[in-house]
Amino acid sequence: MSQPFRRVDGGRVDRGRTVTFQFDGTAYEAHPGDTLSSALLANGVRIVARGPYTGRPRGVYGIAAEEPNAFVQVDSGPGEPMVRATTLEVYDGLVARSLAGKGELRAEPDDSRYDKTWAHCDVLVVGAGPAGLAAAHAAAVTGARVILADERPSPGGDLLGGRAHLDGRPAMDWVADTHARLAALPEVRVLTRTTVTGFYDGNFLVAVQRRTEHLGLAAPAHVARQRLWHIRAGRVVLATGAHERPILFPDNDRPGIMLAAAAAGYAWRYGVLPGRRAVVAGAHDGALWAAVELVDAGVELAAVLDVRSLPEGQVHRALRDRGVVVSAGHGVVGTDADASGVLSAVWIARTDGEARRIPCDLLATSGGWNPAVHLYSQAGGRPVWSLDHAAFVPGDPVPSVWCVGAAAGTFDLADALAEGGEAGWQAAAATGEEPLPPATDSVSGTGAPAACWLTGPVDERADSVFVDLQRDATLRDVRRAVGAGMVSSEHVKRFTTAGTAADQGRTTGVTTVGILAGLLGLPVGAVGTTTYRPPYTPISFGLLAGRDRGRLLDPERRTPMHERHEAAGAVFEDVGQWKRPWYYPRPGEDLHRAVERECRAARESVAMMDVSTLGKIELRGPDVGEFLDRVYTNRFSTLRVGQCRYGVMCLADGMLFDDGVTARIAPDHYHLTTTTGNAAKVLDWLEEWLQTEWPSLRVSATSVTDQWAAVALVGPGSREVLSRLAPALDVSAAAFPFLTVRDATVAGIPARVFRISFTGELSYEINVPAWYGLALWDAVAAAGVTPYGTETMHVLRAEKGFIVAGQDTDGTVTPHDAGLGWAVSTAKHFIGQRSLTRTDTARADRKRLVGLLPADPLVVLAEGAQLVVDADAPTPVPMLGHVTSSYHSAALGRSFALALVAGGLTHRGETFYAVDSGRAHPVVVTDPVFYDAEGARRDG
Amino acid sequence: MLSVPCPWCGPRDETEFRYGGQAHVAYPDDPATLSDAEWAEYLFMHDNPKGWFAERWFHTAGCRRWFDVVRHTVTYAFEAPR
Repeated sequence: MSQPFRRVDGGRVDRGRTVTFQFDGTAYEAHPGDTLSSALLANGVRIVARGPYTGRPRGVYGIAAEEPNAFVQVDSGPGEPMVRATTLEVYDGLVARSLAGKGELRAEPDDSRYDKTWAHCDVLVVGAGPAGLAAAHAAAVTGARVILADERPSPGGDLLGGRAHLDGRPAMDWVADTHARLAALPEVRVLTRTTVTGFYDGNFLVAVQRRTEHLGLAAPAHVARQRLWHIRAGRVVLATGAHERPILFPDNDRPGIMLAAAAAGYAWRYGVLPGRRAVVAGAHDGALWAAVELVDAGVELAAVLDVRSLPEGQVHRALRDRGVVVSAGHGVVGTDADASGVLSAVWIARTDGEARRIPCDLLATSGGWNPAVHLYSQAGGRPVWSLDHAAFVPGDPVPSVWCVGAAAGTFDLADALAEGGEAGWQAAAATGEEPLPPATDSVSGTGAPAACWLTGPVDERADSVFVDLQRDATLRDVRRAVGAGMVSSEHVKRFTTAGTAADQGRTTGVTTVGILAGLLGLPVGAVGTTTYRPPYTPISFGLLAGRDRGRLLDPERRTPMHERHEAAGAVFEDVGQWKRPWYYPRPGEDLHRAVERECRAARESVAMMDVSTLGKIELRGPDVGEFLDRVYTNRFSTLRVGQCRYGVMCLADGMLFDDGVTARIAPDHYHLTTTTGNAAKVLDWLEEWLQTEWPSLRVSATSVTDQWAAVALVGPGSREVLSRLAPALDVSAAAFPFLTVRDATVAGIPARVFRISFTGELSYEINVPAWYGLALWDAVAAAGVTPYGTETMHVLRAEKGFIVAGQDTDGTVTPHDAGLGWAVSTAKHFIGQRSLTRTDTARADRKRLVGLLPADPLVVLAEGAQLVVDADAPTPVPMLGHVTSSYHSAALGRSFALALVAGGLTHRGETFYAVDSGRAHPVVVTDPVFYDAEGARRDG
Repeated sequence: MLSVPCPWCGPRDETEFRYGGQAHVAYPDDPATLSDAEWAEYLFMHDNPKGWFAERWFHTAGCRRWFDVVRHTVTYAFEAPR
C-alpha cells in the first residue's frame, strides 16, 4: 500500500493530487504540501541518514529548521548538497538520497538565477506565527511600512494544522483573515518561504527567499530560484518561535526517536503517523499535550512519562479521558532496536527503580522549549537563563527590537497574541487605541518545566548518549573536555564539535550547556550559551554571488582602442579593473619573442602603446601650485605653463605612495597623472587634504581618466611620425623639448601632446578626447608604428631603472630608498617630509633600490626571490632584500633585475644569491640604470 | 552594515563610505619643529576608546565629502550629525 503511515484525513496536504519522488533509489508517492521528511514518514521510511563517524542509522527527528539528522543530497534540478528534508517541499520528480555527514557539490555549474534585492521598512516582523501575525497586523493598521517574513510556505506558525480556536473559530481562519488583511494593505509585504538569516548593525537584516524550489522541475527559468533580501528596518519584532529540545539517554539516536511536538506536528500538519505505538517522555506540560495530540491522531500510547511528579492538572485529565495515565517521576533509561537499527522498544524506569521494557515504534521526547534567541543575540542581546522557563530567554532589551511570543518565552497563546500586538503597535510608534487580540480559550498550566537534560544510566553508557546527532558527539566527549580542564561552553563546543554541524546544535546546544553546568557544578546561567552567529540557516554561495559571477563579477574597464587590440591578437593583462594589452604576438611568437621584437621597435625605430589607463586628475584654481608643493616632494609652483615635471608623493609616514608626471596647462590649471592602479586613491588623498586640512586653498580636483585617451609614441623615429601626423606642430628639439606639453592637431584631432618618456627613448604621449581614441590609434598605426604591450613597457622602464609604485615599492620605501632623493626638495614643506628625518627612515642599512645582473645571463630571476649573502648558511638565513622586477632585456642581450637590498648601492659589485624554489642564483649588485644612463636618447 | 549619517546625503549604507579614523587629529602647524616622539604621536598614536568616539568618514560613492561623526564603539550608535 502506498503511504502506509498516511492518516485517512487531516493535515494541510493536497490529498487530491499525488506526486512521485525518489529516495535512495526507491520511488514513493506523496502529496503536494508534504515536505520530504513528512513524505518519508508517510511511506514508512525510517532511516534517512547515518552518523558520519559511527555509521549508526538515524531518522527524522524534528519538523523544521532544528532538524539534526535528515540532511539529504538532492540530485534533481540544479542539485544541492545537504538539504534539510524537514523544509524541502516535495515536488514531482524530486530525487534525493541519504547522507552520512557531508554532501557533494556538483561539478557542473548551477545555471539557476539568483537575485538580490534591497528594501526599507518601518517595522520588520520575523515569523508569522500567532505573535508575529498579531504584531504585523497591529503595526500595519497604523499605516506603517511593514515587512512580515516567515520561512514556511504559508503563515500560521504553530497554529498550522493545530486545533486551537480564536474568536470561537478555528485558529487557521483567523490566520487566513489576518493574512488577507495584511496583503490588501499597500505598505505591507508578506514574504513566505523567507528565512531571515542575519541581524547586522543598524537594523540591517538579510533574508533568503526561496521562490521556485517548491515548483521543482516545473520552475520557470526566468524567475530567480532564490532572492537575497537586504532589509533596513526602522524597528524589528522578533517572533521567531522556539526550538524543542530532547531529553538524552543511552541510545537516544535510533530512528523512531523524535521530538514530541514534531511527532504531533507530523500527525496534524501533514496527516502522517510518525509511528503506530508510542512512548512519550517529557519534562514539561508541552510533552503531555503532544501526547494528547498523538492519541487523538490515532497513535496508540504505550506509556507517557513525566520526569516531574505533579498534582493532577488539566492535561492529566485530558489524557485520562483518553485512557492514558501519566507515569510521574519516570524517564527513559535505554532503547532497543530491530535488526535494521530502528527503534523497537523503550526501557523506562522511575529514578533508581527497576527498568521496564515497552515495545513501540515511536519515542516522542521533549525536555522543553528553547526560545529562538538567535537574531536577538546577533542584534547584540544576551540571552539569560530563566529558572521559570528552564530555558535561555532574551535578557536586556536591544534598542528598537522587540522579542514576542515563544521567542520571548511566552508560550501561552493568549499571552503571545497580546504581546505581539503590543509590540507591533509600539514598533509602529502608534498612538491611540490599540487593536484587541483575538480571544482564545487558553489551557491552564499544570506545573513549571523541569530543567532535565539526561535520564538513565548515562555515566556507564556515556559513549552512547549523543549530544550532537549530526556530529556523532557524545556525553563521553563532553566529559573528556571537562576532564581536560575546559570550563567554557565555547571551548567545549570546539573540542567536542557538538553544535558545529549544519544544524548548529539547535536541538541539543542548550542541553550540552546544561550537561556542562552539571559536570562543573555551576548554575546553567553561569556557563551561558555559545555565541549565535549569522547565518541562522545555511546560505548557498550561489545566492551570495547572485548575478555577480563570471564576467559580471567585477566591472571590466576597456579603453576606446580595445577593439583594435583584440583585432591585433593582443594577449590581455588585468591591471586593476582595466584590460591592458600585455603583448601582441605575431603568428609563431611566444611572449618572449614578441616582447623582444616590440622592445627592438621601441629602441631602434618607432613603437606605440595605449596609455589611456593612466590615472589623470585635473586640478584647477589659483592655489594649485601651492597645493602641489605640499603634496609632492618636489616643487610645482615654479613650473611654467607648457612644462611638465615628474613628481613623487609620500604619505605622512614618508613612504612613497605614487608618482607621475604633472603638466601646467594654464596658470591655474594643472594636469596630474597617476599610476594606473592608484588613480582613485590619489584623488581621495588630494580631496582629503583639501577638505580636512587646507580648506582655505582654492583648488578643485576632478578625475579625467576616462575623458582622455592617450597613445605613447616611442622611439628614435617618433619625432618623424609625429611631424607627419601634426604638420602644424614644430617638433624640433628646440621648439618642443623634453618635459614640455603642447596643444596640437594630430591626425586632424585636437590633442594635448606631452613630451615625456617612461622608456628612456625619445617619446611623446598624445592625449585626445576619449571618443577620438580609436581614430588616433588608427592614424598612428597607419604610419607603420609597432604596437607594444605592458610587458615591453616593463622591460623598457626597468632597463632605465624607473620604478613602478606598488611593484618596486611596498609602502615601506621612501623616495630616497627608491633612488629618487633628487626629486625631494629641502627648500619647502611637503606631506611626509618630517618622517624622512626620523631615526628609522635615516638608517644607513635601509633597503634601497639596486640593479642585479644574474651571473647566468639566461636566468630570469623570480620576482619576490629573497637575496642572501651565503646560499649555504644554516637557517635561519639572514635575508638582505628581494627582487622586485625581473626581465630579459633585448637591448642588453641578457637578463637583469631591480631589487631592494639593505644598504643599497654600498654593495655595488658584490655577489649575492637570489633564492627561488630551493635554487640559489648568483647575482652581482649594480646601478639600477642599465641603459643610456646619460639620457641622451630621451633628450635627443 | 552601519547606516552612516552623511550630513549632505542623509543615512546611507556603510559600503558607500571610507573610514577616516579619529577626528580632530590636526596636522601639526610646523612638523619640522617636532621631536621624533612628538611626530610619532601624531602619526601613529590614536585613541581607541570603549564608548563615544569622534571619527571621520568620507562619502566616496556619494557626495565625496569628508565629515565628522560621533559613534559609540560598543553599540555602534551614531550621534546626530553636526
